[in-house]
Amino acid sequence: MRDDWAVNETAPAIEVHALTKRYGEYEAVRGIDITVRRGEVFGLLGPNGAGKTTTVEILEGYRQRSGGEVSVLGFDPARRSIELRRRIGIVLQSGGIYSHVTPRELLRHWAGFYPHPRSVEEVLKLAGLEDRADVRSRKLSGGQLRRLDFALALVGDPELMFLDEPTTGFDPAARHAAWETVRSLRDLGKTILLTTHYLDEAQELADRVAIVKDGRVLAIGPPRELGVGGSHYRVAYRDRHGELVEQQTDDPTRLLHELTAEALARGERVEELSVGRPTLEDVYLELTADA
Amino acid sequence: MPDALTLTWRQYRLERRMFWRNPSAAFFNFVLPLLFLCGGGVILEGNQHDLNLLVPAIAGMSVMSTTFTALAYNIVFLRERGVLKRIRGAPLPTSSYFGGVAANAVTNTALQIAIIVLAGRVFFGIGWPAHWDELIVFVLVGVVCFAALGVSFAHVIPNFESTAAYVNAVFLPVVFVSFFVFENKSAPTFLRNIAEALPLKPLIDGLYGAMVTGKGLSHNLDALAVIGLWGVLGLYFAVRGFSWEQSRI
Repeated sequence: MRDDWAVNETAPAIEVHALTKRYGEYEAVRGIDITVRRGEVFGLLGPNGAGKTTTVEILEGYRQRSGGEVSVLGFDPARRSIELRRRIGIVLQSGGIYSHVTPRELLRHWAGFYPHPRSVEEVLKLAGLEDRADVRSRKLSGGQLRRLDFALALVGDPELMFLDEPTTGFDPAARHAAWETVRSLRDLGKTILLTTHYLDEAQELADRVAIVKDGRVLAIGPPRELGVGGSHYRVAYRDRHGELVEQQTDDPTRLLHELTAEALARGERVEELSVGRPTLEDVYLELTADA
Repeated sequence: MPDALTLTWRQYRLERRMFWRNPSAAFFNFVLPLLFLCGGGVILEGNQHDLNLLVPAIAGMSVMSTTFTALAYNIVFLRERGVLKRIRGAPLPTSSYFGGVAANAVTNTALQIAIIVLAGRVFFGIGWPAHWDELIVFVLVGVVCFAALGVSFAHVIPNFESTAAYVNAVFLPVVFVSFFVFENKSAPTFLRNIAEALPLKPLIDGLYGAMVTGKGLSHNLDALAVIGLWGVLGLYFAVRGFSWEQSRI
């Protein structure tokens, strides 16, 4: 059952090559390649319907792929081995839970599935559920249920965690709390694959991001470096007619030199001059814009 | 390392705990058949012939309600709420999960049958069952059959709101036709044929033999075969069509 390189700690946590998924005529995933290194937080970013959840559910073992190669901690998730499931934690977009049981009882039950679970007390604390540990889960608020999701995924002390849209529907305070939790998971050395359609979330949390649309990866890299290279500097200024001009260039040095030389020759100033590198948002909007 | 048997036991204990904490489940599984028994007992008081029929008929109905009805409800609810999907992603062996769920249903049926047997002895003048072995065999085969059918039937039910309609559309006619035909010489032949082909009437026949008439297992083998056949069919569709997730259509 266990592939030889499952024990290789330096091998990537996730490798996906030419992954495809068809539902009848519809192609949800059309050839995705990603590699997630151990210990990194990797973001799958894209609009709704981009194929993020389908991709993640193939990695989690919920769906069978139509084509391509997939390896999760050295296992083929399609085989659904229990050994792999002991080593991953899954936070589903919409996973319900038994109504008549308390978080503490649930966590105890869940901890029993794993060979080396974390202590239930510690997990309750990490998820911020100490005060609600003995309340039946049907009395928990939406945000508390989400924290219980985290706690249940965490109690088995997994190496790799999947977080599918972990903060959708959260208010700003709850989002920041969830982000803190994700950061603390990274500090524990967990590898995290996160899907989101929030740019700021990807920027805040992910070491690397893949921008996905229509089942394909459009760009991949650290959020701050995405889009660097190519004509990706923006130079904005007010021209001598008073119009605000924005130019894109891959050589800002030359453009700035020309601009300032012209202005100096006329004895004027270049008003409101700014040079900007594109934000993740710019890259995202550019890449995901419908042509 | 937790083995599959330990996990089955833990799942069973969790299911028991949840069962007693959910008042409506406890009511429908336990109180309702007992109310039927009491009501029937009051109406038929002094008529030993009819009381002899009432007790095994209610026992048969209890087997169906604690397995078929309860499991159909449970599975649809857990599927719609996403609990099944979460369980599928956890390292809990499928056999341990269903083992725990099935053992929970068996416990409910066993408790229910014990209460009915006791009531038959104490209030209805029936005495202890003549054939315990026959009682146990029929209850066990009945549980397997109706539990499998309940899980199969859950595939057909589109969402939790419609569960009551779907379940009762099967449960009530089956109970009605089986009760009506049971030891009723004047029942029309076509109704009798329908009832004989369904699993509840044969189950009641077997329980009647075990609890009242004293006709042993060997007299009711054809009844057992009908239930067994439905059980095989039910198991096939329960496994084949099982869906861990609510379809989004």
